[in-house]
Amino acid sequence: MKNKDIASVSKHLGVSRREFLKYCSIVAAGMGLPLGTGEQIAEAVTKAARRPPVIWLSAQECTGCSESLLRATHPTFEHLILDLISLDYHETLSTPSGHQAEAARAASIKENKGKFILVVDGAIPVKDKGIYCMIAGRTALDILQETAKDAFAIIAMGSCSSWGGVPSADPNPTGATPVQKILTDAGIKTPVVTIPGCPPNPYNFLSTVLYFVTFKKLPELDDLARPKFAYGRLIHENCERRPHFDAGRFATEFGDENHRKGYCLYKLGCKGPETHANCPSILFGDTGSGTWPVGTGHPCFGCTEKGIGFHKPLFSKASLHMVTPPDTYPHVVEHQGKSALAGIAVAAAAAGAAYAAVNNVAKKLGDDDGKGKK
Amino acid sequence: MVAANAHPALAREPKERIKDAVGMLYDSTVCIGCKACVSACKQFNETPSSFSSTDELWDNPLDNDSKTYNIIKLYKDGTGAAKDQEKDGHAYIKRQCMHCVDPACVSACPVSALAKDPANGIVSYDKKACIGCRYCQIACPFNVPKFEFEKAFPQIRKCQLCSHRMEKGDFAACAQYCPTGATIYGKVEDLLAEAKKRLAYKPGELRKYPVERVNGGQVTERIVTPYVMHIYGEKEGGGTQVLYLSGVAFEKLGLPALEETSDAQRSETIQHTIYKGMIAPIVFLGGLVYAVHKNTKDHK
Amino acid sequence: MSEESKPIGGEFLTTPFKVLAGFTLFAGLLVLIRYVMGIGAVSNLSDGYPWGIWITYDVVAGTAIACGGYSMAILVYVLNKGEYHPLIRPALLASVFGYTLAAISIFIDIGRYWQGYNMFWPKYSNVNSVMLEVAVCIALYVMVLWIEFAPVLFEGMQKYKGNLPAFLTKWDVSGLQKIWSKFLFFFIALGILLPTMHQSSLGSLMLIAGKKLSPLWQTGFLPLLFLISAITMGYAIVIFESLFSSVGLKRPAETPILAKLSGIMPWLIGTYLVIRVLDLIVRGALGKAFAFNVQSLMFWIENALFVYPLVILMSAQNRTKARPLFLSALSILLAGLIYRFNAFLIGFDPGNGWTYFPSFSEILITFGIIAFEVMAYLYIVKKFPVLPKTEHA
Repeated sequence: MKNKDIASVSKHLGVSRREFLKYCSIVAAGMGLPLGTGEQIAEAVTKAARRPPVIWLSAQECTGCSESLLRATHPTFEHLILDLISLDYHETLSTPSGHQAEAARAASIKENKGKFILVVDGAIPVKDKGIYCMIAGRTALDILQETAKDAFAIIAMGSCSSWGGVPSADPNPTGATPVQKILTDAGIKTPVVTIPGCPPNPYNFLSTVLYFVTFKKLPELDDLARPKFAYGRLIHENCERRPHFDAGRFATEFGDENHRKGYCLYKLGCKGPETHANCPSILFGDTGSGTWPVGTGHPCFGCTEKGIGFHKPLFSKASLHMVTPPDTYPHVVEHQGKSALAGIAVAAAAAGAAYAAVNNVAKKLGDDDGKGKK
Repeated sequence: MVAANAHPALAREPKERIKDAVGMLYDSTVCIGCKACVSACKQFNETPSSFSSTDELWDNPLDNDSKTYNIIKLYKDGTGAAKDQEKDGHAYIKRQCMHCVDPACVSACPVSALAKDPANGIVSYDKKACIGCRYCQIACPFNVPKFEFEKAFPQIRKCQLCSHRMEKGDFAACAQYCPTGATIYGKVEDLLAEAKKRLAYKPGELRKYPVERVNGGQVTERIVTPYVMHIYGEKEGGGTQVLYLSGVAFEKLGLPALEETSDAQRSETIQHTIYKGMIAPIVFLGGLVYAVHKNTKDHK
Repeated sequence: MSEESKPIGGEFLTTPFKVLAGFTLFAGLLVLIRYVMGIGAVSNLSDGYPWGIWITYDVVAGTAIACGGYSMAILVYVLNKGEYHPLIRPALLASVFGYTLAAISIFIDIGRYWQGYNMFWPKYSNVNSVMLEVAVCIALYVMVLWIEFAPVLFEGMQKYKGNLPAFLTKWDVSGLQKIWSKFLFFFIALGILLPTMHQSSLGSLMLIAGKKLSPLWQTGFLPLLFLISAITMGYAIVIFESLFSSVGLKRPAETPILAKLSGIMPWLIGTYLVIRVLDLIVRGALGKAFAFNVQSLMFWIENALFVYPLVILMSAQNRTKARPLFLSALSILLAGLIYRFNAFLIGFDPGNGWTYFPSFSEILITFGIIAFEVMAYLYIVKKFPVLPKTEHA
């Protein structure tokens, strides 16, 4: 039965049943899913006949994305790859290497055609036929095109595969290109989810995977294919320093009095107002409150946002995209002036009285010519 | 007796800009609506919060008032999505004293409580002179002077360009604390030159914008967005020392479309025509005294 | 001239008088609140509409209604029409209290009243200010009016001692009377100059409001239009007051002399309307009159009230009948009143969403001021020789 399944998985994972359910609930809450979804997730994870197969390709990357995942604590990465998914190919983590590893990839593609999830980290160089990134004698471009067309869905992990990242920064000597563009150019229709960030928050990745495992579909995405649960709001909207922004209190130099007081970092070039991510809500690295860039006193540099991170100068000021919340501004035309009800009443009464008096006098005067004869 | 059409020779000449006049340039396209200027203004003018909601939790004035010399207002149309766009867009506008070249309030004030500094052109207020008649409020085309209706011993309150901070080398707090350079302080001639320079920029170019002061050395880089090709305050109402640039029509931002002739000039021309040297009234009185003297004798 | 007038006598503590006293006392209480808690506590005045009915009615319209003394003085002393002499005293009386209370209400309205004397201190005066001229003229004119009216008081204190409380009759004022008779002509002349100056300047006050005042009213002709309408209102109030008190105080109507007086008015109204309409056409502002809003509606009401008496009073026959005369005079007063309200309040729009309507307390303070004027008028006409003697009584 369900509970029995959960119990067995819990045992296998080395955590209590309670702990496991709690984790699933947290993941559900993180994605803004309704109460009870946590159990659904737990059920899906435990009931799965076969763990969903995952192939992980790396191109022009720094392994920061994998490193970030390795530091997740709930669940830990080993639980993810050993119990939640079946990680069939990962260049850094695979036990086999060389031809063996390539064979595993080929086998998995063949076996799970149309069912496996493809994760890509790193941008794909396309300049000079893609020779700037070669794996097993083949270009990353070639491998991606081959693997992508048989995948169920693709998760572009990190800024490089999402929108180009560091390798695509000016002058982009290798022609570093994001995954989606490669697929579009090659006419491959496999859906892409992007989890930008440099590195991305591991929980945004884990939550997306678990959502897929549970519901067999991808979460709701924004127009840049980012899951809305994680990238639906600007950093500026949930930033802990936002009250300082609203009050006009800014740090003007690193280490100045205002910086030490924890004031807003906008003047230092914080890109929070134009960057969508949930960093201020879920923080980074599981080490407690304040552990995220802005929390530590460094302005956000906009890594999750195309055209901001690695593109806009680090200390240049962000432009604001949204008026939030709009009600805090007085409009150009505001209805002002005190209530007139009592005034209107007394004015009407006075007008009435005056009319009566005048009417009375007019009547009494008649068309008298003043000689009192009529 | 009462000549409404002024003879040109008697007309009061338009006032010229004072050479060393200081002022501000507010560029609505650069403003991000952070209201740092509003809070800095309150801090350095030591004005209290102003509440427009009944809960009185935070400072939320609807307009400039006796506690708010400087305010950021919002223009919003439809969805309000795009900045500096008239349709379905939004834009900010900063309102404070314009420090007119020929201020209506100074002309109107019967007791010279409002006066224009001959050196820097700042329009300031002297509570020792003021009788509280509020004629300045009627006169000001921008509705700047504000009155303390809620006090038993009220004053007129308005922006005085932080003249009280200038001794220490500081300047208008709103400009000094503006993070983006949307409001910059400086000599009006430099501000006018800067504004003209900005109107010549092409949208999309990356340009250097001064921050805090027009010639203070601090700059920020910014991609130019389209401007309405007009400097508000260069000529309006005889000219002002606070200048505006914007991406949407100035009237949408609540700035009145004023003629180049100031109201002060028009009013004083008519008034001076009638009362030039008090000659007409004295002659008139002479005639009256003669007539009355003669006629009262007749009646007796 | 003392033969022309006498006190009408009678008890002054009548029921209407007591009701008026009630209004005055209540207004006094509200004024007290205003001095303790500020203008905002009793009024709807705001930064958008810094001037409300206190200025518009009590001062601007109130002094225009109180122009009877001024208008009659022009007629009697400048144009030498001695036959209107009996109408001078009642007109002057209304002017004395109209202006005195306008001056008092200024001190309710101005915020820093304790520094009001700065107006008259050369160190502070700003000769460019229309307000300065208005304030100085009104202040002087209030004094001039009391000087002009003093002979009536002296006469009452000499000839009708029985009417008055003892403290008023114990001095011998005959010496003062002599001094007065020597210099009065100068003050009468001054009493014509000063209203000419400030009634026109009351109009000039709004010139500086510029675009905040609708083009239907904003014009360089404001001073001239204000002056002509004030003089017209001066004659109208004399007619209105005479006919109203003939009914109210149960006296025979003085219709024949009023009929003659009213012959002047079509000329004045006609001149006024010609200037008004030509000015609107030349400035191209007439289109605003068809905007179908509150301003355009008030514009039409204002001018209809000017046209009505013009049409009625053009007929010499109508002028001899009490009722048309009364209604025409009333119409002129209302027209002038609404013209002033339009030019100061209804046509005034500071923009960006401000609205104004006077508050309950604000209106009652104005009522208190009017009530006090009427009380003072009733007391004086009963105790002092103001109203003309009547043969029919």
